[in-house]
Amino acid sequence: MFSSLIDTSFSLNDLWFMLKGAGVTLAVTFWAVLAGTLLGLVLGVVRATAPWWVNAPIGFVLDIFRSVPLLIQLVLANAFKPMIGLNWSSFTVGCVVLALYMSAYCTEIVRGGFLAVPATTRRAARSLGMSWSQDLTEIVFPIALRVALPSWIGLTLGVMKDTAMVWWIGVVELLRSSQVIVTRIQEPLLVLSIAGLIYFLMSFPIARLGARLERRWHEND
Amino acid sequence: MKYTFHWLPALRALPDMLWGALVTLEVAVLSMLLGVVFAVLLALASQSRIWILRAFATSWVELARNTPALFQIYMAYFGLGSFGIYIDSFPALLAGITFNNAGYLAETFRGGMRAVPDTQMRAARSLGMGQIQAFRLIVLPQLFRVVYYPMTNQMVWAILMTSLGVVVGLNNDLTGVTQELNVRSFRTFEYFALAAVIYYLIAKTVTLSARLIAWRLFRY
Repeated sequence: MFSSLIDTSFSLNDLWFMLKGAGVTLAVTFWAVLAGTLLGLVLGVVRATAPWWVNAPIGFVLDIFRSVPLLIQLVLANAFKPMIGLNWSSFTVGCVVLALYMSAYCTEIVRGGFLAVPATTRRAARSLGMSWSQDLTEIVFPIALRVALPSWIGLTLGVMKDTAMVWWIGVVELLRSSQVIVTRIQEPLLVLSIAGLIYFLMSFPIARLGARLERRWHEND
Repeated sequence: MKYTFHWLPALRALPDMLWGALVTLEVAVLSMLLGVVFAVLLALASQSRIWILRAFATSWVELARNTPALFQIYMAYFGLGSFGIYIDSFPALLAGITFNNAGYLAETFRGGMRAVPDTQMRAARSLGMGQIQAFRLIVLPQLFRVVYYPMTNQMVWAILMTSLGVVVGLNNDLTGVTQELNVRSFRTFEYFALAAVIYYLIAKTVTLSARLIAWRLFRY
């Protein structure tokens, strides 16, 4: 086993192929996180402020995205696409499904952050003469950010790891590209270890940053 | 929309899919039980005075938390072959999810242990309780209260993660059965929509019963 690690047929070209896969992983993550966060911000504020008859249906729908395996969501979206005559690439489908998945979790994080701001603080802001939108941007947002950002970082990393599933609908990302190499050179342990290392390097530093932010910001709690 | 839905064949396959759901639950429950055992050991090891135990626990936890679950299942299925260990898709899936569960739960347990103050233990000891007695009667109930909610979350994730078994060729869990039906008929949407409903119901049942149990356990 160890000899196979030394005289390997894994070449620099293969590494380059895997790094390109990692680029696709990051691209899917970027679009999913961007769209998911924007949608999550809007829905989170709506969920924190709207009356129950608006709140309940939104909560119910978002809950579905959190209770059905992502793999099944991807397959369903991919099968649904031609039915309504959409001509999207599987890359786009993957991004859209992951964005919805991200927004479902992000909504709850934003809502939690929003509700963590005491009503008295907001009333104080209003009685100082701030308008509703000023209160939202100058008071609620900075305080809520401290509560929400560590969980948001964790969620982003979670979505990055979940992009590994989009290969099922035909996107060649990091894990799929390593599979392609494995079928050619038949050294699964080595190639998968490299893939794992790349994932680890993409995730670990940011996870550490999140943990540090959480500790620093909760020092005075 | 020019597509005609064929729900009837999908509904006829419902019994098969429900049997698959049973396998899904089996994997999830087993991986949770094993995951809790490993997580407790890891949480203890991460506080050990022997550095090699600490290093082992840290690398397990960080690897489990910073790589995709699908990668971990792949490692169990394809990677172990390089060590001469060839395992079937069911044990590979179970090993992958257990590895993942243990990593996440170990962090939960570590946090839980920190949440119960040392003074509780000291108070119990000074009231004349033995070490084990104090742990069982004083520390454990408080610890359980803290880790209960994250544990139910992890259980739901474990159920959702079992769907990845199909990627390493498992064909008798819910997703596996659905995929088999799908390749035979190409009625992808109908079959997978039905599977999604079943997954949703399983996840909701678990969450609701966990909440009921919590209500019964944690009331004062």
